[in-house]
Amino acid sequence: MNSPLVMRQIREWWPVLSLAAIVTLVTAIAIWMGGDEIKVTLTEMLIRMTVVIATYLFIGNSGILSFGHIGFMCIGAYAAGWATCNPAWKQLMLTGLPAFLQENEYPFLLAVGGGGLLAAIVALIFGAAVIRLSGIAASIATFAFLAIVNSVYSNWDSVTAGTSSIIGIPQVVGPWEALAFALVSMVVAYVFQQSRYGLMLKASRDDEVAAKASAIDIVKVRLIAFVASAFLVGVGGALYGHFLGVLTVDIFYMGLTFVTLSMLVVGGIGSLFGAVSGVLIVTLIVQVLRAFEAGFKIGGATVALPQGSQEIGLGVIMALILLFRPSGLTKSREVPWPFTTRDARPTAAEQAQPAE
Amino acid sequence: MIGFLQNLIDALSLGSLYALAALGIGLLFGILRLTNFAHGDFISFGAYALIVPSLEVTATKFIGNWPWYLTLPAIAALVVLLALLSDFLVFRKLRQASAPTLMIASFAVGYVIQNVILMVYGARPKAIDVWSSLQQQVVIGELRVPQLQLVTIGITIVLMLGLSLFLNRTSYGVQMRAAAEDFRMARYLGVKANFVIGLAFAISGLLAAMVSLLFVSQTGTLSYVMGVPLMLFAFIATVIGGMGSLIGAVIGGFAVGFVSVMCQAYLPEELRSFRDAFVFAIVIAVLIFRPSGLIPTKALVQRV
Repeated sequence: MNSPLVMRQIREWWPVLSLAAIVTLVTAIAIWMGGDEIKVTLTEMLIRMTVVIATYLFIGNSGILSFGHIGFMCIGAYAAGWATCNPAWKQLMLTGLPAFLQENEYPFLLAVGGGGLLAAIVALIFGAAVIRLSGIAASIATFAFLAIVNSVYSNWDSVTAGTSSIIGIPQVVGPWEALAFALVSMVVAYVFQQSRYGLMLKASRDDEVAAKASAIDIVKVRLIAFVASAFLVGVGGALYGHFLGVLTVDIFYMGLTFVTLSMLVVGGIGSLFGAVSGVLIVTLIVQVLRAFEAGFKIGGATVALPQGSQEIGLGVIMALILLFRPSGLTKSREVPWPFTTRDARPTAAEQAQPAE
Repeated sequence: MIGFLQNLIDALSLGSLYALAALGIGLLFGILRLTNFAHGDFISFGAYALIVPSLEVTATKFIGNWPWYLTLPAIAALVVLLALLSDFLVFRKLRQASAPTLMIASFAVGYVIQNVILMVYGARPKAIDVWSSLQQQVVIGELRVPQLQLVTIGITIVLMLGLSLFLNRTSYGVQMRAAAEDFRMARYLGVKANFVIGLAFAISGLLAAMVSLLFVSQTGTLSYVMGVPLMLFAFIATVIGGMGSLIGAVIGGFAVGFVSVMCQAYLPEELRSFRDAFVFAIVIAVLIFRPSGLIPTKALVQRV
C-alpha cells in the first residue's frame, strides 16, 4: 500500500486534497451544528469560494488584477436565471428574451453550464481586446468592464427587468451543492496551475521579459486563463442566483467585488491555499463584525457598532494585511507536505512556488 | 450647426471635469505608479463636506453657505487633508510595494472612505443647490450657454496653466517632474522623496476638490457613490492618453468627454441609456489600435 508511487501521487495532489478535506470538514461540522441561519451563511460562503478560486485562477497565476470578475458573475447569474425561472413570468416581463429561453424551463445543471458559457464567451471577446494592454492598464479596463456590465444590465429592461428584479428562480442550491461546485473549482484551478499553460502563465507573472524571451505567447496564455476563470465565475454566479431565488443588478457591483478581492488578499493572492483560506477567514471576520453590529450585552446595556462597521472593518483589515503581510496570511504558499519522506526531490507543485 | 456647437461646448465642459480628475490621477501615477482608485471618493468627500453631517434626507448646507471665496479654499483644504492623510496612513508604508498591491490598497482606502460617508450621511441621494445663479444662460449669437459651463471651462484652463507653470517654472515643480521621470535617479540627485510625493498628493487633492465643487454645482445631487463614475472615466482618460503622461491625461479627458456628449446627442433614443457602455466600448476599440495610448510614455515599459 505504502508504495512510493502512491505516496508520490498523494504528494503531488496534496495541496488540493488537504484543502478539499478541510473545506468538507468545515461544511459537515457547520451543518451538524444545525440552524437555518448557519446553513445560509455556509452556502453563501461556499458559492463565494467558487468565485474566489475562479478569480484566483486568473489573478493569482497571471499577476494581473481584475476588478471585473463580478461582472462575469452577474452575466452567469442572469443567464442561468433566464433558463430556469417560470416561463409564464418570463413571457410577461422579459419580452426581449429569445423564444427558446422564453418558452422553456431548463434543468438546473444545464442552466449553470449555460451561465458559465455565456460568461466565458463575453470574456473571450472582452479579453481579446484588453489583455494585450500592460498589466496596469488591463486592470483599469476590467474595472470599466464591471461598470459596463452594471450599466447595461440595469438599463436593458426587456431582458434583465432593469433595476427591478428577476424573481421565481428555483432555490435549489444548498450547502452540499455549493460544496460540490467549490471542490470542483478547486480541482480545476489546481490542474490548471500545474499544467503547461499554468506554468507558462506563472513564468510571465514572475518575469515578463524572460518569459517572452523563452517563446511564451503571453497574450495567449493570459487569455486562456481569463476565459477559464470567467467560466467558473459565471458558474458561481449561476449558483448564487439559484441560492437567492431573486436577482438584482446591484448585488453584483462594488460591494461584492470588494469582499471577494479582500478574501483573496487576506489569504494570499498567489496560491490556491490563500484563496480558500481567505474565504474561510474573511467569512468568519464578517460574521463577527455582523454580530457586533447586531449588538451584544455588557452588564445589562446593549452595545452595538453602527451599521456599516462591517464594511469599514473589512477595509481596514485588508489595508493592514497589505501593509504588514502583502503576500497574505499563507504567504502565497500552497499547503505544505506535512511528512518527511526519503524522497527529497521537490514536486512540481513546490517548484512552481513564487520566489520570496 | 448651432446644435453641434452647443454639443461641443457641452463636451468641453464635461471634458474639463474628466481632464481635471485625470490630471489628479495621472500625477500620482507618474510619480508613484499608484493607480489611485480612491480619487473618486476624494471627490465625493469634497462634495459632502459642503453640508452638515447628518442622516436626514434634506441637506443642510454649512460650508456650502459661505461666500465662494471662502468655500473654495475650505473644501480644497479638507480634501487635501484627506489625501495627505491617506498617504500618511497607508501609501507611505507601501513605497516599495508592487503596482497591484498599491492598486488594491487604494481600492481599500476608497472603499473605507465611501462607507464612512455612507455611515455618516446615509445612503439616500440628497439634493443640494450650490451656486444655482450660475445656471443662468449666456446668449452668444444663437448659442445659449449656461454660465456654469463657461466657469467650468475657465477654471480648468486656469488650473492647467497654473499647474504647468508650477511644473515648469518652480524648483519644486522641476523636482516633481524629475521624480516622475525616474524616481530613483531623482532621489540620488537630492530630491526629497516624501516631500515631493506629499506635494503630489496635495495637488491631486486640490484638483479633486475643484472637480467635486464643479460637479456638484452641475448635478445638484449628492450620493455616496457619485465619485465612482467620474473616477472610472478619468482613469479611462489616463489610459487612452498614455499612462504617466500629464498632457496625455488632459487630452484623454477631453476625448472621453467629447465621445460621451456626442453619444448622448447622436445615439438613437432607445440606445441612449446605454451611453456609458458605448463610451467604454469606443475607448476599448481605440486601445486595440494604440495599446499604449495616444501619447506613449516609458512608464509602463518594463526595464530589464
